[in-house]
Amino acid sequence: MKKKNLAALLLAGALCFGLLAGCSNGGGGNGGENSGAVTIKVGGIGPTTGDNAQYGTATEWGAEIAVEEINALNGPVKFDFKYEDDTGVADTAVAAYNSLKDWAKDAPLVIYGCTTTGPCVTVSAETYNDRYFQLTPSASSPEVVAGKDNVFQMCFTDPYLGTAGAEYLKNNGLGTKYGIIYNNGDSYSTGIAEAFIAKTKELGMDLVATQTYPDDKNTDYTVQLNACKDAGADVVFLPIYYTPASLILAQAKQMSYAPLFIGGDGMDGMLDMDGFDKSLAEGLLLMTPFSAGAEDERTKSFVEKYQEAHNILPNQFAADGYDCMYAIYEACCEIEGLADMDSAALCDALAAKFGSGTFKVDGLTGKGMTWKDTGEIDKSPLIFKVENGAYVDAQ
Amino acid sequence: MKKINKNARSGFLNYGIVTAAFAAIQILLLVQKQVRVTLVSNTLQSLLVPACCYIVMAVSLNLTVGVLGELSLGHAGFMSLGAFSGIVASFLLADAVPFVPLRLALSMVVGAVFGALGGVIVGVPVLRLQGDYLAIVTLAFGQIIKNIIMVLYVGVDGKGFHVALSSDRFNLEPDGTAIIKGPMGAVGVQKLASFTAGFVLILITLLVVQNLVNSRSGRAIMALRDNRIAAESVGINTTKYKLMAFVTSAALAGAAGALFGLNYSSTVAAKFDFNTSILVLVFVVLGGLGSIRGSIIAAALLYVLPELLRQFDIAEYRMLIYAVVLILVMLATNNDRLKALVGRVIPGRKGAAANG
Repeated sequence: MKKKNLAALLLAGALCFGLLAGCSNGGGGNGGENSGAVTIKVGGIGPTTGDNAQYGTATEWGAEIAVEEINALNGPVKFDFKYEDDTGVADTAVAAYNSLKDWAKDAPLVIYGCTTTGPCVTVSAETYNDRYFQLTPSASSPEVVAGKDNVFQMCFTDPYLGTAGAEYLKNNGLGTKYGIIYNNGDSYSTGIAEAFIAKTKELGMDLVATQTYPDDKNTDYTVQLNACKDAGADVVFLPIYYTPASLILAQAKQMSYAPLFIGGDGMDGMLDMDGFDKSLAEGLLLMTPFSAGAEDERTKSFVEKYQEAHNILPNQFAADGYDCMYAIYEACCEIEGLADMDSAALCDALAAKFGSGTFKVDGLTGKGMTWKDTGEIDKSPLIFKVENGAYVDAQ
Repeated sequence: MKKINKNARSGFLNYGIVTAAFAAIQILLLVQKQVRVTLVSNTLQSLLVPACCYIVMAVSLNLTVGVLGELSLGHAGFMSLGAFSGIVASFLLADAVPFVPLRLALSMVVGAVFGALGGVIVGVPVLRLQGDYLAIVTLAFGQIIKNIIMVLYVGVDGKGFHVALSSDRFNLEPDGTAIIKGPMGAVGVQKLASFTAGFVLILITLLVVQNLVNSRSGRAIMALRDNRIAAESVGINTTKYKLMAFVTSAALAGAAGALFGLNYSSTVAAKFDFNTSILVLVFVVLGGLGSIRGSIIAAALLYVLPELLRQFDIAEYRMLIYAVVLILVMLATNNDRLKALVGRVIPGRKGAAANG
């Protein structure tokens, strides 16, 4: 027994050292040949492990592709990119943010993130005090930017999506009785739902069922679906992520309840889920700024590079990440005296640029995107319909 | 008699270790300000307050698990109660008590009171039973607290204090401020926590726990752990002493929670889930059941470790390495040969090695 213990100890030790030795030459900056270029450090934060890892890795990979392209341009600005894991937890995100500060030392640093809302609210209070410019690809709560002049969003705010959803349904005359199922333990879902409910009241739409569940790990949604069915809802709004949404679609089919389902940008990615029966999503409407099936040159090239590197289709998170890099790059290119700036000066310059209202960026998730001085983005959601297992424009 | 002296000595050593660590870091920070050299990185600085909170969590859980011998799987639930009640208290006291350290102390007292209340609610019915019921009930308690706070709305306006369990029943006047906003958690919290406050909280925790353990009541609690029937036969009131240890533990967790909540500008209920409870339990088990010093060292090192691993080029594997380190510590602390080796190097530990 003793010998076994010792052997196990040694083996585990050897494994640990193997890891240390094997990986010590990875990472690191890739320098620049263009000696005239200013190098800006971009520190990303998001969950690459834990429950929300799919979103963090998407924003990381999307940004990486953009950084590679930007550095290959040999333009006036180059990026040195580093991504830190926050496991989707606020206090870990603060530690990740501080480790990025340590990494940048005195070099100008821009914070890219966080991917999820909770950590982003906490970190944005820190960057506001420390004066770092922060652009988040996907933290969509208004709390993220509220009262902070240095924080900007690439994604829609939650209330905006809720309002847009209600308006779309009303304007297109879809449905007579409406139901909604949302996660009241999640700020993204609750944020959209509250705005949707308020807008339906304002527009005089007949909201007959408001159903909630507490956790995306739920597996049974028949109670909520039955309530919608009994109330006679012919349109059900699902402002939730695609994992629970896929279960809702499957369970609705089992109980032969077939209303029109409509979802937000969290639905994007459902069609690429392992083992998902695409016929379930037939007719589903979703509001998202990005479709991997779009025909324009830039999206095609992005999707191709992404697939080559990671073997999956990029989702909206990856596209937002890609756009974030280009937005920062284009803003930096327009700033004068960039070479002499420290992080705080760069923060003020970038915040002024983004908040000016005249700074426009073309990206994968929108053309001519501008920002309000509050930090919220101004771009319109595309509405897609799923037909034959692919997105079709339903504007 | 000798035994008590030894306990007292060990207790003083704990105060010494904590004070020395605090003093060393403060000196390094001072030197760093004078000569612009990085001695304590930003990462480490940001970890100081949460590390203090986790040390208090581990020491207080050790009171339940190590000293009382009951398993608690919902320690983060008490932390959550303390965090959110502390945040609300600090908000309400903002005008009345402008002096920050006092407001922080009062908030931590409120956190401790709420933690203790939770402890009484769970403890009174459950600690009368024998067996693993406390583990099961605390597990559920942690989940219930998390789910309630996730839909809890708290705010103040001209008309007074509002509490609601859904957003449509939460009718705040336009001039009011929402303190806790359901799934968003508490946002816009003024950061009051400081490393010094964390240090003082650890000292208070040590004072409370060590004096309890070394008192007449502490001996009764340990007698209950070792043999309940024998303890009852000499007239020890089982429920009273169990409750004493458990509620003390919950109150300290509440205070730690308040400090934790006031260290960040926003806090969500989901933070204090089952994983956090287990994390603290891991600190206690790896530090050694019943060993206060072990809990302090394990909590400090194991909380800081995964963040410090970021500095190396192995960041992608840091959680894996963290897990391997946990397994190594588990194996090493249970290895008789290593214990014998330690016993040979440090003669005073011989006894411990023999009965280890």
